[in-house]
Amino acid sequence: MQALLDALVTGLAQGAMIALVALGYSMVYGVLKLINFAHSEVFMMGAFAGFYLLNALGGADHPVLAAVCGTLGAMALAAALGVLVERIAYRPLRERSRGRASGNVRVTPLVTALGVSVLLKNVAQLAFTARYKSYPQLFGHTRLLIFVVTLVTMGLLQLLVHRTWTGKAMRALSANVEAARLMGVRTGRIIAFTFAVGSGLAALGSVLYCLDQSQAYPTMGEVIGTRAFVAAVLGGIGSIPGAVLGGGLIGILGELAKLTQYSGGQDVLVFFVLIVVLLVKPAGLLGKTGSEKV
Amino acid sequence: MRTAHPTRPEPQVADGAPLLALRDVQVAYGGIHALKGVSLEVGKGEIVAMIGANGAGKTTTLKSIARLLPLAAGSITFAGQDLGRLDTESVVTAGISLVPEGRAIFPNLTVRENLEIGAYGHRDRRAMGETIDDVVQLFPRLGERMKQEGGTLSGGEQQMLAIGRALMARPSLLLLDEPSLGIAPRLVQDIFAAVGRIAESGTTILLVEQNTRLALAASSRAYVLRTGEIAKHGPSAELARDPEIRAAYLGG
Repeated sequence: MQALLDALVTGLAQGAMIALVALGYSMVYGVLKLINFAHSEVFMMGAFAGFYLLNALGGADHPVLAAVCGTLGAMALAAALGVLVERIAYRPLRERSRGRASGNVRVTPLVTALGVSVLLKNVAQLAFTARYKSYPQLFGHTRLLIFVVTLVTMGLLQLLVHRTWTGKAMRALSANVEAARLMGVRTGRIIAFTFAVGSGLAALGSVLYCLDQSQAYPTMGEVIGTRAFVAAVLGGIGSIPGAVLGGGLIGILGELAKLTQYSGGQDVLVFFVLIVVLLVKPAGLLGKTGSEKV
Repeated sequence: MRTAHPTRPEPQVADGAPLLALRDVQVAYGGIHALKGVSLEVGKGEIVAMIGANGAGKTTTLKSIARLLPLAAGSITFAGQDLGRLDTESVVTAGISLVPEGRAIFPNLTVRENLEIGAYGHRDRRAMGETIDDVVQLFPRLGERMKQEGGTLSGGEQQMLAIGRALMARPSLLLLDEPSLGIAPRLVQDIFAAVGRIAESGTTILLVEQNTRLALAASSRAYVLRTGEIAKHGPSAELARDPEIRAAYLGG
């Protein structure tokens, strides 16, 4: 019983962190209908940025200062990286395909995203080497902290999307880019802002993850990024509550799998659940299938 | 209908000069030469119609005014300002709103939010409140549906919402693309009555319409487009009597 309870608590904390990363996939998909495969690498870069900043700020000597400023700094750097990727890799493609209705409008950015992902991963290996970097141990109750920070962040994000002009513009843009431009919405700015927020949240997730799991390494994006991506799809990609729900489910499922003798089969179970959900509800748990009256 | 923009002054044009002028506009995209040199003028306060068959270039003309399509040649001026240099967002700021073909309302936003985002360019609370009231007066059906998601409205209601949303920006020139397309006849009457009232309040209107009878009845002047060129233009009443127009577009 105690083991089950522990698994649930750990699972929720894991899930909260996964949800933070899943949000980035979901938000970018929402506005651009693009699976930003580079997102998992932004997550990884956020972990390294956090590592260097936490240590530079005194690490365990000033735990609160280091955690707060280090996390915010890592978020800012990741946000800048996300915007940079959008600016250099995706925007030129978008501008060139404007007004054209070819099938490549979706495929080209997708392949580009995969390319950026490989590029960032290799840059990280060159810059930081492939060795694991140990995070300083700052707090005792990291899991509780992860959980609280995630809930607060979700609340703020919900307010941003539903109560502000920017949020309204994001939702309009996700439904119809051309119509949003006709309302005077500077869509380029809104897209950049979406990348910034998604990337910042990924960095928040990665710093929290590393504080809990204590290590940063160049291929960490693949492991967590894949789970976060699955969480976003499971919950219904494009939906913010969906990303949170998907993250929570995947976190708990993963920890429950560890209780059995098949602990290595965590990802197998995760993908199995994804396949079943998509068979029953192709748009994901909270996703909406688009229906427009013509 | 209150039409004064909270910050932008009313566009000034000299006597006899048009508010909107297209000079030899050519547009090509996807290998199609869609406009082969269109010239037209819209005077301040006028309702001008553009009629023609499918694929004649009516929608392309409106889209090129809204700068959604690149110009291959020619110029578009609005109140003396060269629109060729602007992007779509700046054209909206300059005072031109397009109600696109197929309505393109935001199905995931409520009716009220759809209207509010129409005011994105000025975000003036007072002007927003006033225009929402005016739109509800114009289309009482929308008033009953404020909290519903846009996607739940019928086609006619969506058209009303699309027009209302465009009015939220307090445009000086309203571009309407096929407002009667796929809409129940009774609602078409409501919509055209509303178009008349919008024009009475001082907003200039350029109307694209496949329903030639409706278009000629609602407008004072009209242009006939044929394969990307202006085939004819003149007062709408005259065009409605023109034997060639009657044979081609009014069923004899």
